[in-house]
Amino acid sequence: MSTIVSLPDQSTAKLPSKSYLNQEYGLKSWLLTGDHKRIAMLYLFSITFFFIIGGVLAGLIRLELLTPPADLMATDTYNKVFSMHGIIMVFLFLVPSVPATIGNFLIPLMVGARDLAFPKINLLSWYLYWIGGIFILSAMVLGGVDTGWTFTTPLSTHYVNTHVVTAAMGIFMAGFSSIFTGLNFIVTIHRMRCPGMTWFRLPLFVWGHYATSIIMILGTPVLAITLVLVALERIFNIGVFDPTKGGDPLLFQHLFWFYSHPAVYIMILPGMAVISEVISTFSRKRVFGYTAVAFSSVAIAVFGFLVWEHHMFIMGVSQYSALVFSLMTMLVAVPSAIKIFNWSMTLYKGSITFETPMLYAFGFIGLFTIGGLTGIFLATLGMDIHLTETYFVVAHFHFVMVGGMLMAYMAGIHFWWPKMTGRMYPEAMSKTAAVITFIGFIVTFFPQFILGYLGMPRRYAAYPADFQVLNVFSTAGASILGIGYLLPLLYLPWSLIYGQIAGNNPWQATGLEWQIQSPPLTENFTEIPIMDHEAYDYEWLANKTHHEVQTVG
Amino acid sequence: MSHISPVLWEFLVHWLEHFAIFPPEASTIAPYADALYFALVGMTITGLVLVMSMVLFFSLRYRKERHPEAVQIEGSTLLEATWTLIPLGIFLVFFVWGALLYFRVYNPPPNSMNVYVVGKQWMWKVEHPGGQHEIDALHIPEGVPIQLTLISQDVFHSFSIPAFRVKREAIPGRYTSVYFEATKPGKYHLFCTQYCGTDHSAMIGWVYVMTPADYSKWKAGNTSGASLAQNGERLFAVMGCNACHTGTSQARGPNLYGLYNTRIRMNDGSTMIANDAYLREKILNPSLHVPAGYVPIMPTFQGQISEDALIDLVEYIKSLSSNYRLQQMMNKSDLDSAQPAPIGPANQGAGAAPLQIVPTPGVSKP
Repeated sequence: MSTIVSLPDQSTAKLPSKSYLNQEYGLKSWLLTGDHKRIAMLYLFSITFFFIIGGVLAGLIRLELLTPPADLMATDTYNKVFSMHGIIMVFLFLVPSVPATIGNFLIPLMVGARDLAFPKINLLSWYLYWIGGIFILSAMVLGGVDTGWTFTTPLSTHYVNTHVVTAAMGIFMAGFSSIFTGLNFIVTIHRMRCPGMTWFRLPLFVWGHYATSIIMILGTPVLAITLVLVALERIFNIGVFDPTKGGDPLLFQHLFWFYSHPAVYIMILPGMAVISEVISTFSRKRVFGYTAVAFSSVAIAVFGFLVWEHHMFIMGVSQYSALVFSLMTMLVAVPSAIKIFNWSMTLYKGSITFETPMLYAFGFIGLFTIGGLTGIFLATLGMDIHLTETYFVVAHFHFVMVGGMLMAYMAGIHFWWPKMTGRMYPEAMSKTAAVITFIGFIVTFFPQFILGYLGMPRRYAAYPADFQVLNVFSTAGASILGIGYLLPLLYLPWSLIYGQIAGNNPWQATGLEWQIQSPPLTENFTEIPIMDHEAYDYEWLANKTHHEVQTVG
Repeated sequence: MSHISPVLWEFLVHWLEHFAIFPPEASTIAPYADALYFALVGMTITGLVLVMSMVLFFSLRYRKERHPEAVQIEGSTLLEATWTLIPLGIFLVFFVWGALLYFRVYNPPPNSMNVYVVGKQWMWKVEHPGGQHEIDALHIPEGVPIQLTLISQDVFHSFSIPAFRVKREAIPGRYTSVYFEATKPGKYHLFCTQYCGTDHSAMIGWVYVMTPADYSKWKAGNTSGASLAQNGERLFAVMGCNACHTGTSQARGPNLYGLYNTRIRMNDGSTMIANDAYLREKILNPSLHVPAGYVPIMPTFQGQISEDALIDLVEYIKSLSSNYRLQQMMNKSDLDSAQPAPIGPANQGAGAAPLQIVPTPGVSKP
């Protein structure tokens, strides 16, 4: 079985006369829309806005750490800056990044539906996101929060005098926005698949989002409850977490990480979902071991709920419970390893090209492998004692979140940009950006592993001079990384007007979304498609193309 | 690796330290942690090289120019089982290895020297049993197993000594402990690694490892004149504890002599061990669990007593197990009490029953 796929000639492609973008005009038509594609675009603008704020804060952190003393800003300011960087990046960028933009846009298209199950709830989720965002922004503007994104009690309930409750309410709201997104995805995937679209014909992108949605729905309410308890203790002095009032500070850690560890999988699973699509398309080959990749997503979602205590190994928890959680953490690493090997094996006997999304996907595989394996260091009980709460942890989760998730997000945005806008991004420029991002990332975060083993603690505004050389590397890398992220912010808007017209299926990909016009009609499909082949069936695609050529000819 | 070739190990560690990419190895635990670290680094490099060489080789061999026709392959159960089971096996090896090290660090040997550490925003207060107090510094002798008992006065802190490869959170409201044995005299970093507010990054200090001779000199030159137990004894009188805990049969409170590390029967029939945490909890929250035969009349000292003072009191009660002098001091107002206080269920006067002490096979009495 072999397939030759040749890319279509783009010089003859034309923009469709009617699409979701020109169906209606005016601000009101956007703000009151029920169209999942328009809501995805609203989300895209919103998360980009917050990414820029979070990114500037990251730049300030690196600038402060260029020199050992706290000289650029006061320690309090630094504490507020890193807290805000964490809160914004986690809750307003990473959690909604792929699901609310790319997922929102694509899940109805991929399952062959005209929209998500609850279009108005989908719009409501975007408004809740913004209410949350405004709360968090106002907490920042009114004077900031200095608890870190983890809101550790009793620091957050009694020992700081900043806008903790405002920020917590913002996260509470943003949490409901992600619950609604998850709810919409689950119902859509269960109820609105087109005829013939069985579970095992779904693209792996949909499987990844299904697993993500389960965590969003089951995990996020716990975060909401926890933040309400923090607010109650802070405002009304009810003793929940404060030991002097009969509370237990470890209870907060348990509740917080019960959400926040699975939240890590909310952030990475959609990224993995993107990588499956990209790798398959650019090697023109079905994903190696479809079932294993699909079920590994679900396994990560399930096991992800049983590992939270690995954030607390040195906090005086029972040593036997630490054993159990260390073991569970080792188990949750296995599905990720399966995915990495299956993607690598997908390349075998493929017909590979190296467009921008594929470069980002390769970056993802390399950096996520490092990020994942350094997670094993931290799951290993005796090693965690030395490494936890140091820059090793910072490096580890940035390899997963930035090296993994952000690379996957960039891969996805470039991959589906032609479908979303009808135009191509500039290829040479974007390849340069991908390479710059990769180099900048390595230079920024690799030295932090070494700093961590040397013992440099996290969240230090000032640090002993012994650590300076590696910090200088890290800051230098951050400026390269900044350029890597700035370029797409410039050339993607440029391409909206000057980009080449893409045509229906510029990559010759197999998903249903690529068989319709770009950008799609508001109703997606003129008639509901019937799925009569497996996902990633390149022979079906070749026959279809062949047939079309004959009919037209 | 250190047990395979000490020479090779020394060479490797010195070389890494020379380039300032490796912390000094200054405790008995450090070489074990480092061996585990090198093994984990080895695993990471192997995994990365494996994945990267697959990606690189396939990218070159099967790029479109060389391989225009993709061959569709469904998958391979055998291959997938291989790359499920081999990583699983490797991860399980690290699980066991790490667990052994963890239990070693967090279970101090019974003969170790105890030093108390109280974390508060933003300083470390160190209290040696001999009454030496230090702020943001810790002086210890080399070659002696040391147990740190940590607690926080306010928020979470974390006591980290990278050169020893140990770290432990200091938690408000509960004691935690960590153990190490220093091997090299010198001056090492001490950090607070749990974010604790404004001056978190200033909550740092030094650990001084000294030869036993130097340590003795330091100890003699820095004593405050009273041991922790003696401070506790004074506090015991100042706070009026001795009004009830007189140690006599008419006393309203239990006799504290010989109490430490025994198992006590409570009102509800359960038993508890009178360890540091129990004694601390009883001072702050006396009515939570009441020993059998007593009524909850003791007032709470919550909010009136600092963690350092609690440590003094606990040390004092501990010392009552081995010191008759204090017992006699407690009894000096009572003329006819020459005999040591009764242990076990003896003369149970109304309201003055002695604590019911249950034999504890598992707990070693000091």
